[in-house]
Amino acid sequence: MALARKRATDESIQVPDKIALSLIVNGVERQLEVAPWTTLLDALRDHLDLTGTKKGCDHGQCGACTVLVDGRRINSCLTLAVMKDGAEVTTIEGLATDGALHPLQQAFIDHDAFQCGYCTPGQICSALGLIAEGNAKTADEIRELMSGNICRCGAYPNIVAAILQAMGRS
Amino acid sequence: MINFQYARASDVADAVRMIATDPAAKFIAGGTNLIDLMKEDVERPSRLIDISRLPLKNVEETADGGLRIGALVPNSDLAYHPLVAQRYPMLGSAILAGASQQLRNMASTGGNLLQRTRCYYFYDTATPCNKREPGSGCSARNGLNRMHAILGTSESCIATHPSDMCVALAALDATVHVAGPGGERAIAFTDFYRLPGDTPARDTNLHPGELVTAVELPARGFAKNYTYLKIRDRLSYAFALVSVAAALELDGDTIKQARLALGGVAHKPWRDTSAEAALRGKTASLATFTQAADLVLRDAKGFAHNAFKIELARKGIVRALTQAAQGTPQSQSDKKIR
Repeated sequence: MALARKRATDESIQVPDKIALSLIVNGVERQLEVAPWTTLLDALRDHLDLTGTKKGCDHGQCGACTVLVDGRRINSCLTLAVMKDGAEVTTIEGLATDGALHPLQQAFIDHDAFQCGYCTPGQICSALGLIAEGNAKTADEIRELMSGNICRCGAYPNIVAAILQAMGRS
Repeated sequence: MINFQYARASDVADAVRMIATDPAAKFIAGGTNLIDLMKEDVERPSRLIDISRLPLKNVEETADGGLRIGALVPNSDLAYHPLVAQRYPMLGSAILAGASQQLRNMASTGGNLLQRTRCYYFYDTATPCNKREPGSGCSARNGLNRMHAILGTSESCIATHPSDMCVALAALDATVHVAGPGGERAIAFTDFYRLPGDTPARDTNLHPGELVTAVELPARGFAKNYTYLKIRDRLSYAFALVSVAAALELDGDTIKQARLALGGVAHKPWRDTSAEAALRGKTASLATFTQAADLVLRDAKGFAHNAFKIELARKGIVRALTQAAQGTPQSQSDKKIR
C-alpha cells in the first residue's frame, strides 16, 4: 500500500525557471541552463553529450559516474549541477591528449583491466583522483581507496595492477 | 526527484533567515544523503538552500588545546588533516572506515552528523515507517531487521544511526556548535542525538531552522591507545553491523581514562559512560574488558534477525579495548582483525 506523501506545507510549488551556469569541462568553458534537480551526471550526459560518464546505480553506490570536480573525485549522480557553477570538471573524455591515451587508460589496456567496460570510465577517473591524493602506496591501500567503484565483471585484480603500473610501482 | 526551488546562501545569517521563511526548505552541503533521499521520494523539500559556499571550511586549534572543525570541512580532508592524524587518530580512522573516497570528498562534517538511517523501510515509501511517516507503524520490528538496533529501541522504531565518524566524535566528547533563529548555542555530543521513543521522526535535538556551524574537540585526543574497529558484511564500503571506538589512557597496566562508544547498534552513537567509569582504575586485562562489555550490553535486546549483534558487540568491545591497550589500532586498509 503506497502511503500518501505530502510536503511539510500544503503550498503548491511553482515550477522553477531553469538556472544558467557555466562549467569548465575538460578545459573548455561550457554554458548551460538546467533545472535545479539536474544532477551533474545528467548535465554531462544529456546537456553536453558527454556520455563517457556512466549512470550505474544513480545512488552513489557503484562509482560508474565518478568524475573529478576541481581535481577531486566525486559521484556526479549525487551532485546537483547548479551547485557546481564555475567548477572545473574532468571526465573520461578529457584524459587523452592529441590522440595519445592517458597512462591510466593505457595501463587498463595493458592489464586487461575491464571486460564489459561499463564501470571503466568511473574506475579510471577514480584512479586519477586516487593517484592525485597520494594516500595509496600498497595494493591493500589501492583496493580500500578504490572500494567506491564496483566492477560487476570482477576485474579487480587487473584494475589494481593497472593502477600500480600508472603509479610507477608495478 | 520532485520539483524544488534552489537558492544559495551568502552567509550563515542569510542561511538561517532563508530557512526561517520557508520551513519546508532544507539546507544542502555535500548532498550525498539528501539527494539520494530525494531520489527515493523520502525527502521532499520545497527548496534547497545551498550552504556549500559558506566560510565554514577551516580546521583550527582552540585556545584550550582542542580543535574546531568547520561544518563544511569535507570528511576526506578531515580524515587526513595533520592535526587529526597527530592528535585525534581515532577520528581519522573512523572516517576512513565509512563510505568511499568519492563520498568522503563530497560529504561535509555537519552533513555526516545529520545523515539519516539506512533502515530499508525508511527508504521504501511503499511501507509504513514511523520515522518517515509518524504514526504509520514500524515495518522493521517484525520485518527484516538484521541491520537494526539492539540498544535503546522503542516500540515505534529500531533504526540505527549509520555514521562511523560520529561514533569517534561521541567517544572524544565533541561539542556541536549551531546557529539558529534564537542565536548561537553549543550542544554536547551526548545531548545532540535522541533515542527514538515515540517520536522517531526526530533524529537530533536541533531546533527547527538551526544550522550546524562547527564541531569542537577538547584537548584530550587519546592518540596513543585507541582503535576504531568496524565489523560489516563486506570488507569495505558497507555500513557497520557493529563498530567500536575504544580509547584508553594507561599508566603502566592501569587504566587512567577510558572512552567507549558503539556504532550500528542504536538510534544514536552509543556511548556508555558507566562502562568507562568501571574501566577506570582497573588493570587492562581480558577480564576487565569483558566486564565492561557486559555492562554496555546489559540491556541489549535482539529481534528476529539481529540477535547475533549482541555477542558480536561483546566480542567487538573486548577486541577493541585489547587493540587500544596494546597500541595496535585496527588498520582500515589491511582488514585482518588482530
